[in-house]
Amino acid sequence: MSQLHATVRLTIVRLTIASVALALAAAWSAPSLGADAGRIKVSKGSVSIQRDGKKLPAPVGAAIQQQDTVVTGADGTVGITFQDSSMLSAGPNSVLTIDKYVFDRTTNKGEFESSLKQGTLAAVSGKMVKQSPESMRVKTPAAIMGVRGTEFVVRVTEPTR
Amino acid sequence: MASASRSIVSLALVLAACGHTPGSPSTADVVVAVLPEEGGKVGTVVVHPTSGDTKVLNSAYAGAHLRGAGKVESVTLDRPQVDRTFGAALSALPIPPVSYLVYFLEGSDELTPESHANLSRIAAELANRPAAEVAVIGHTDLVGNDQYNDALSTQRAQRVRDELVRAHVPPERIEVAARGKREPLFRTAEGVADPRNRRVEISVR
Repeated sequence: MSQLHATVRLTIVRLTIASVALALAAAWSAPSLGADAGRIKVSKGSVSIQRDGKKLPAPVGAAIQQQDTVVTGADGTVGITFQDSSMLSAGPNSVLTIDKYVFDRTTNKGEFESSLKQGTLAAVSGKMVKQSPESMRVKTPAAIMGVRGTEFVVRVTEPTR
Repeated sequence: MASASRSIVSLALVLAACGHTPGSPSTADVVVAVLPEEGGKVGTVVVHPTSGDTKVLNSAYAGAHLRGAGKVESVTLDRPQVDRTFGAALSALPIPPVSYLVYFLEGSDELTPESHANLSRIAAELANRPAAEVAVIGHTDLVGNDQYNDALSTQRAQRVRDELVRAHVPPERIEVAARGKREPLFRTAEGVADPRNRRVEISVR
């Protein structure tokens, strides 16, 4: 009995080591899939990228990475195409963060999480969602949208304080 | 199971990000709606409110309105409402990505005459696309071994890349890949020379 117990424990330890190693390998290999999640294709009026606490310009052609926040002013609109051919665009006075973007071009598997804190968003899903439904998610303060393949729109209005 | 625990993690992240503790829902007003795609097809969006029941949106202009303390209301928008509220965002959607195929002569990196003409048109389309990015992926039919076909599919992809660069597509915006005979478009027996499989895919976004 105790031998069985020990074997089970050993197996669990091995599994844990294996999963930690896998997680490390996944974390390590993530940048090789391309640090750029997407690229700005449309940029009008006032648009900026917040990255590592810095405010950067956001012209057509600028790369978008995981953790970037794209901010539009009162006259600003922006459109981004991602590696899996999904697209997000934002209207004026919007704050959109790309929380997570991972995509494997060979298997079309990945994960895409963005959040709209404020403003308006139009979204078109891409190859990732065809491969695994709801791998693309748009978060808002009141709900998470799981995308199973479509074009859709979201508006977030925060109450005036 | 894994996906369930992931969405719980995401939920926690959203709540944390909003500075709310579970049980005190956001005061933000959120509207979401699905739109018909070209050709009238409508996809599906699943709305998971931070409190309240999940809603599945799968018909044209079907939406959900979330406001205050866990109130989730089903709504149906119409086109004028969508244009009024989302017109600016929708007009900023990029040109949709597109994919082309060009074909090759047997055992060669020579394009068929028809594909050669097509390639010029594709290059012209690329020039009109803001900040275009291109993936060029070479393939072969099922004649020969992997080593031979890996080399041949690489040569074909490289050939297409060179033609695009000659047509002024910036080289740093072109990625080249080759799959040999591993991904035939039409599954044939080994050794069958099928012109439909001797191709390069030009994927543009």
